[in-house]
Amino acid sequence: MSEPITAPITALGGARHDGLARIEEVGLHGMITLRGDLASKAVKAAVMAATGAKLPGQRGVVRGKSGTAIWMSPDELLLCPYAEVDATLGKVTAALGTAHALAVDVSDARAMLTVSGPAAREVLAKLCPVDFAPGAFGPGMVRRTRMAQVPAAIWMEQDESFRVICFRSVARYVFDLLGVAAQPGSGVGVY
Amino acid sequence: MLILHCPYCGVDAEETELSPGGEAHVKRFGPGASDEEFRDYLFARENPKGVHFERWRHANGCGKWFHAARCTMTLEVFGTYSAQTTEPPKEIRDAITAKRPGWTWREVE
Repeated sequence: MSEPITAPITALGGARHDGLARIEEVGLHGMITLRGDLASKAVKAAVMAATGAKLPGQRGVVRGKSGTAIWMSPDELLLCPYAEVDATLGKVTAALGTAHALAVDVSDARAMLTVSGPAAREVLAKLCPVDFAPGAFGPGMVRRTRMAQVPAAIWMEQDESFRVICFRSVARYVFDLLGVAAQPGSGVGVY
Repeated sequence: MLILHCPYCGVDAEETELSPGGEAHVKRFGPGASDEEFRDYLFARENPKGVHFERWRHANGCGKWFHAARCTMTLEVFGTYSAQTTEPPKEIRDAITAKRPGWTWREVE
């Protein structure tokens, strides 16, 4: 008989891989999908309530006092609060009021990884049809794309490390992919 | 390899990031449409050699549908435009005319 699950379990148990780049699972991380009219006051207020950040522009990432707001599409944002998701979701819902918008806790549907180190750009560029050259992709930018066979969202932190979000069901696949792409001796030396 | 500019997220997305949605501006008649009209809505397609209008979805990106005008012979892309329209906008038609004078597609020219 299996034991009942009492506490949330991360997708990969905090897995870590060292190669050309360091790949680590971030672990449990709050994520709230917010859909609505991004130009509306209610959505701006909701973003401020959840993250303390201003509304990100097209393909932008804005870091606030209590979380990060990520632009996903012209009518969708992803809010990544640092603290309790339930409480933050409550604040978002309250800020939205009667506006035509949707806010949902999707934390358990996703997995988050970091890819860091000097060859991080190259490791990701092997897997995605995206220009990760230093002039083309930098901190504060997000790109939703395809990573080998699965969709992923990738953004860059201020320290030039990457954050990768994928669906939880393919977390192992993405981790292994990154591991292969970061295999020592497989550097291309483009960036 | 086809590279299309997504008008919604501003990304120049390559083909593997997109999924094709078939011919653009297919009109559904009705209610009370004739059998011929419904047949044409379901099955009648252009299959041109040259200028063509298609629907594409930025599936592995922002997830939005958009329209693209391209040449089926050379893969040249004339432009992409919003999905919220029932006919190609004037700037797209002008861009095609500049490169393919005298082109036609269905009743559009």
